[in-house]
Amino acid sequence: MLAAVLAGFVVAPLGPWLERRLRGRAGWLLALLPLGLAGYFVNHAPRIASGETLRTAVPWAPSLGLDLAFALDGLSLLFALLITGVGALVLVYAGGYLAGHPDLGRFYGFTLLFMASMLGLVLADNLLLLFVFWELTSFSSYLLIGFDHQRPTARAAALQALLITSGGGLALLAGVILLGQAGGSLAIGPLLAQPGAVQAHPLYLPILTLILLAAFTKSAQVPFHLWLPSAMEAPTPTSAYLHSATMVKAGVYLLARLSPALGGTEVWAYALGGVGAVTMLLGAYQALVQTDLKRLLAYSTVSALGTLVLLLGVGTPLAVQAAVVFLLAHALYKGALFLVAGALDHETGTRDVERLRGLGRLMPITAAAGGLAALSMAGLPPLIGFIGKELFYEAELEAPRAREWLAAAAVLSSMALVAAGALAGVRPFIGAKLPTPEQPHEAPLSLWLGPLLLAALGAGLGLWPQPASALVEPAAAAVSGQPSAVSLALWHGWSLSLALSGVTLVGGLVLYAGVGRLRRAVRAVGRVLEGVPSWYDAALAGLDALAVAQTRLLQNGYLRYYLLTSVLATVGVVGYALVRGGVGPGPARGPELRLYDAAVAALILLAALAAVWTTSRLAAVAALGVVGYGVALVYVLYGAPDLAMTQVLIETLTVVLFVLVLYHLPQFAILTSPASRVRDALVALVAGGLMTVLVLVSTRTPTDAGMAAYYAAHAVAEAHGRNVVNTILVDFRALDTLGEITVLTLAAVGVYALLKLRTGGKRS
Amino acid sequence: MKPLILPTAARLLLPLLLLFSVFLLLRGHNAPGGGFAAGLVAAAAFALYAIATGVRAARRALGVTPRALLGVGLLVALASGLLAVLAGRPFLTGLWGYLPLPGVGQVDVGTPLLFDIGVYLVVVGMVLTIVLSLAEE
Repeated sequence: MLAAVLAGFVVAPLGPWLERRLRGRAGWLLALLPLGLAGYFVNHAPRIASGETLRTAVPWAPSLGLDLAFALDGLSLLFALLITGVGALVLVYAGGYLAGHPDLGRFYGFTLLFMASMLGLVLADNLLLLFVFWELTSFSSYLLIGFDHQRPTARAAALQALLITSGGGLALLAGVILLGQAGGSLAIGPLLAQPGAVQAHPLYLPILTLILLAAFTKSAQVPFHLWLPSAMEAPTPTSAYLHSATMVKAGVYLLARLSPALGGTEVWAYALGGVGAVTMLLGAYQALVQTDLKRLLAYSTVSALGTLVLLLGVGTPLAVQAAVVFLLAHALYKGALFLVAGALDHETGTRDVERLRGLGRLMPITAAAGGLAALSMAGLPPLIGFIGKELFYEAELEAPRAREWLAAAAVLSSMALVAAGALAGVRPFIGAKLPTPEQPHEAPLSLWLGPLLLAALGAGLGLWPQPASALVEPAAAAVSGQPSAVSLALWHGWSLSLALSGVTLVGGLVLYAGVGRLRRAVRAVGRVLEGVPSWYDAALAGLDALAVAQTRLLQNGYLRYYLLTSVLATVGVVGYALVRGGVGPGPARGPELRLYDAAVAALILLAALAAVWTTSRLAAVAALGVVGYGVALVYVLYGAPDLAMTQVLIETLTVVLFVLVLYHLPQFAILTSPASRVRDALVALVAGGLMTVLVLVSTRTPTDAGMAAYYAAHAVAEAHGRNVVNTILVDFRALDTLGEITVLTLAAVGVYALLKLRTGGKRS
Repeated sequence: MKPLILPTAARLLLPLLLLFSVFLLLRGHNAPGGGFAAGLVAAAAFALYAIATGVRAARRALGVTPRALLGVGLLVALASGLLAVLAGRPFLTGLWGYLPLPGVGQVDVGTPLLFDIGVYLVVVGMVLTIVLSLAEE
């Protein structure tokens, strides 16, 4: 299983190379990888259907509790099949859709990168590992949305998606760490095996909030749904793959995966039910008023994601079943519709639903795919969409809370889906043809194969639901945490849900007929609302303003203010700690003051005073050097030769550096005003006073003798050295030293860049 | 008038100071010294040479650009840690061997010495990158 996840990461970098070698046939070849993986997962399906869970684990960073642990159960299998199956079709499709695009090879690479990340996400059996793959999917989605990186709108959309989903990713990280603490394990398997433990934990509410934040941002729930319609800037194969069939369902997957550990509470039901229902209705409404085919589909995806979250919130075994079937049906029909939209765009040069008419005779195969998918989306028999919608209605009608309201919302949103499906999959192919920017022909094989297969699969699974049952049953069992018997069928007998289906169809057709009027009405209102910025724009502008303000304040460019800030901050923090700790200065404890101690102290004091009073920079530097050498003398007197030697050397080089810098400075042009001198003197006195107190306090505080004894005892035995200071530097704490010399290097490079590059564009 | 005493002294002092810095580096594990102090001594030697005879002569004497020392030093320090990884131990674990030297007896040789050499090179590279760039202005 590890190889199955890693294969995509290995093959992804080969994309550009293969595309250069094979010129247009690379898509077919690369599609063999997901196809083979799909075969691998299908092969395991019988064992999963019999209730088994396949596990494998390789230690990665055991000290962090992070293992490369993967598990394949019913839920993972369903997702894995969608990821690999749709992935194969999308790679073939991209070969036709982006034919001749200079960066097609890169597109293959990004898509495979995403596929591998998403596979890792749904197979991960460790919370931290899941987080890693979660972030990788956000990252590959960013690359794919911004694929046409020369268009500013594509870049902005990519950034928006990244900011929103990775914000959620941070919440996820915090959430899984807390969850690991509350549940006692970062491994998902043991965590789910103890239902009720986390729900009763005092940290339950923070954990739930963080996990929900992650799931809602990823799965585009209100109010985080903004990024999904913007993400339609991505090439259409990406929209079909990431932004309808797989990645946007990662949040749903997370909720489904963790529902045995987190679900079943009032908060869970109300949060998921409320957000899901609002998202479902808002998405459905927005889908109707769009004229861009892809944005229409994107909003209907938002609506479907809301439906899934709502069903998980209801949480009854029937609702979970309905969610799983709906998820499968949605992936099939929405993937197909996106690919059809891409084919239409490719052939006609427009995605405007008001201009796409009467193409059925010119593009019969595409029309067949679009029509089948639309019927499934509308929930008509004998397609899988019908089964999904029937289950949806039944689950809402049997919901433990607010069932009338939920059923009404379900019917309303399904009506909108009927109309949206007809708009996207039927309307472009019927009626009288309108002029389009390009003269359309039937799309090539690579462009109709994917949508037709997906749509036909939706029809096939509706007519013969047996294989679908075999997939849905273990998946639903994994979500509910208990076995659930599923038998999907088209005919459920005369029931209330069937009547509601009839109402839905009629209502949907009415909506379809009146959609033009609805759009005009909304446009009139829309003009009024155009001035209202979205929360995302406002937040982004606010962040920029904050960054500018704090940069102006802190990075003002005056070295003296930097110094002032650092010194005052230190005084404040250390002083606060001293006062809080209740330690004040007392009588110093230490050796007797000897004559030469006093002499060195007097020397340091005099030199410091000289540095303050002199009007020559050079003299001030020299006086500071004397202060430094004086300190080195103190080290010598108290038996720290290492420190003394280093101090002398540093002082010497500091003076050299000062002299070299001063050489370039002009004479003192502006002398400080008396006021600023008083201020500086006060700051200096406070800082000096603090240091004095600190020294007095620290001489009274007993140092930890254990540590010194430890190093003294182990220096020779373990580090083969008698100089304890050096053994600490190069052996016991060598990683710190490595960090320090890295900082030194960076500082040197920084100084070099400042000195050598400040001529501006003169030197190339 | 061209100064005479300082350049002459610097020319004589440079090899002595460099020798002293190597001495400090090697003895550092058992007595005061070590890569940091030794690197400062070596850097100070070259800084003195640069002040006395000019930056160009100092760069010639150094032979390589100080920036290269930064990179090489970091790599040496990193390599000393990676040797332990290759040997199947955690990163930066000290590995020790015994080198019999005729006339001296057994000498402990280990990766921490290599690490200290890396520190030495980085310190020399850092100080000289800054000092020589400044002095060139």
